[in-house]
Amino acid sequence: MSRARLLFLQALVAVVAIAIWHIGTSVPLFGVKLLPPFFFSTPYDVAARVVKWFVEGSIWKHLWITLIEAMLAFVIGSLGGVTIGFWFARKPLVAAVFDPYVKMINALPRVVLAPIFALWLGLGIWSKVALGVTLVFFIVFFNVYQGIKEVSPTILSNARMLGMNERQLMRHVYWPSALSWMFSSLHTSVGFAVVGAVVGEYLGSAAGLGYVIQQAEGVFDVAGVFAGMFVLAAFVIVIDTLVTAVEKRLLVWRPLAAETRT
Amino acid sequence: MDEESARGAAVARAPAAAVSLRATTVAFRLADGATYTAVEDASLAVADGEFVAIVGPTGCGKSTLLNVAAGLLAPCAGGVAIFGEPLPGLNRAAGYLFQAEALFPWKTAIENVAIGLEIDGAPPAKARARAAEWLTRVGLAGFGERYPHMLSGGQRKRVGLAQVLIRDPKILLMDEPFGPLDAQTRQIMGNLLLDLWSADRKAVLFVTHDLEEAIALSDRVVIMSAGPAARIIGDWKVDIGRPRDIAEVKLERAFRELHRDIWQKLKDEVLKGYAQTGGG
Ligand SMILES: Nc1ncnc2c1ncn2[C@@H]1O[C@H](COP(=O)(O)OP(=O)(O)O)[C@@H](O)[C@H]1O
Ligand SMILES: [Mg+2]
Repeated sequence: MSRARLLFLQALVAVVAIAIWHIGTSVPLFGVKLLPPFFFSTPYDVAARVVKWFVEGSIWKHLWITLIEAMLAFVIGSLGGVTIGFWFARKPLVAAVFDPYVKMINALPRVVLAPIFALWLGLGIWSKVALGVTLVFFIVFFNVYQGIKEVSPTILSNARMLGMNERQLMRHVYWPSALSWMFSSLHTSVGFAVVGAVVGEYLGSAAGLGYVIQQAEGVFDVAGVFAGMFVLAAFVIVIDTLVTAVEKRLLVWRPLAAETRT
Repeated sequence: MDEESARGAAVARAPAAAVSLRATTVAFRLADGATYTAVEDASLAVADGEFVAIVGPTGCGKSTLLNVAAGLLAPCAGGVAIFGEPLPGLNRAAGYLFQAEALFPWKTAIENVAIGLEIDGAPPAKARARAAEWLTRVGLAGFGERYPHMLSGGQRKRVGLAQVLIRDPKILLMDEPFGPLDAQTRQIMGNLLLDLWSADRKAVLFVTHDLEEAIALSDRVVIMSAGPAARIIGDWKVDIGRPRDIAEVKLERAFRELHRDIWQKLKDEVLKGYAQTGGG
């Protein structure tokens, strides 16, 4: 399918969805509106709100805060995940000892941690960063661990026959393999960094996109809630596009799905 | 006892073989706790500069034997000596071309070849220049910047060959290096290998399941029986002059006679091997 055609179809989905929303909220069917504006707002109101935020400039501060929190969560979570992942993969005893605890903590719904982090770290950005870290860390950790464990035994034997010592194995074999696994989960971990930030803000803060949505909900301002969600969605799409660009650079050595299909 | 000392004396007198396996037995512990004896009592010597091919049915233990010679696998009985010295760990004198894909997928062709020198501390620029020379030698000039997945199977094997040979190992271990390639490519690769080898005759231990390829390339052909407990059951000298051309040598009378002789013996083993692996 050509790129233009794909873009057209993607746009068509948005147009149809907005049209249904518009008709449902403005055209009465047998005297009742299928989507009462009080609960669903209207496309026009939501668009007007988004424009107003950007024109007045009030939204920038919140976007900036959420971005900072997500980035900090991503960087700290990734560093921790890589370090611990490497450590566990190279020391099977350590991995075996900690295995049940890792599973336990990972199984914990992170939302229950939010109040604790707020208690420990206050209502500023660090409690949100901490929440994001708990999400990002595990994704990166599991991928790095797997990436080291799953190095092909033939490649390892080859590396050793070529004379690599432990340090060189690390640098030329384990590290690239672990990174490739980590990068292949980049979308997920970046996404979770944003989720951590927004959920943290939603549960208690004074700034950020989560805070904006929570404030609007508090006064039944549905247009505000929807506008907040749209800004968040656009924000995530922009970040995801950046991640895709970074990924393309970093994983040039990997066969593309399209190539292997031929 | 007497026999042992006699053998010891013989070894001391003759120039030490590049690779010598003495009565090696290799067993694997299976998941269910049982042991599987893959190779039993295999003795084999490869003289310096000699090209020896090992032929045997699939699954008989050819790769296992090569891993023992490489020091990647310790035999549970018998010994391995490299140039007369018992092998303590990895075989530092050997280059190993693996049966499976062994290139580093995250390195380009030229990086894959250069790494062999960089490991020993060669300056990167120098290693790269030498790697470029080697790529040219294996017919891949201009392919240096490609990653392994952008190369064909035959091209990947060429990179593998360059990666091993750039280190100039005294011994070359090759495990069905041309196995997955098509007939024409195999021939071209065979001639390339002979070409490179004739420049500085290393000791070569070349594993294949293709008897024609074995005879065409080597000075000696060693036959293994089907497993379990595979043994070495035959050892033929190939009296065909060099330099050889893989395609032409097959038309020679000496080639055909030797092929018939060896095949007589190998046929039964291949059938046995098929019966055990279910034809696969
Ligand atoms: N790590 C292992 N554990 C158990 N069995 C093995 C292992 N490696 C090889 N074998 C068995 O040893 C036999 C010889 O294997 P291999 O040397 O790879 O044969 P081939 O001659 O095809 O190279 C086969 O039957 C195989 O199943
Ligand atoms: Mg094999």
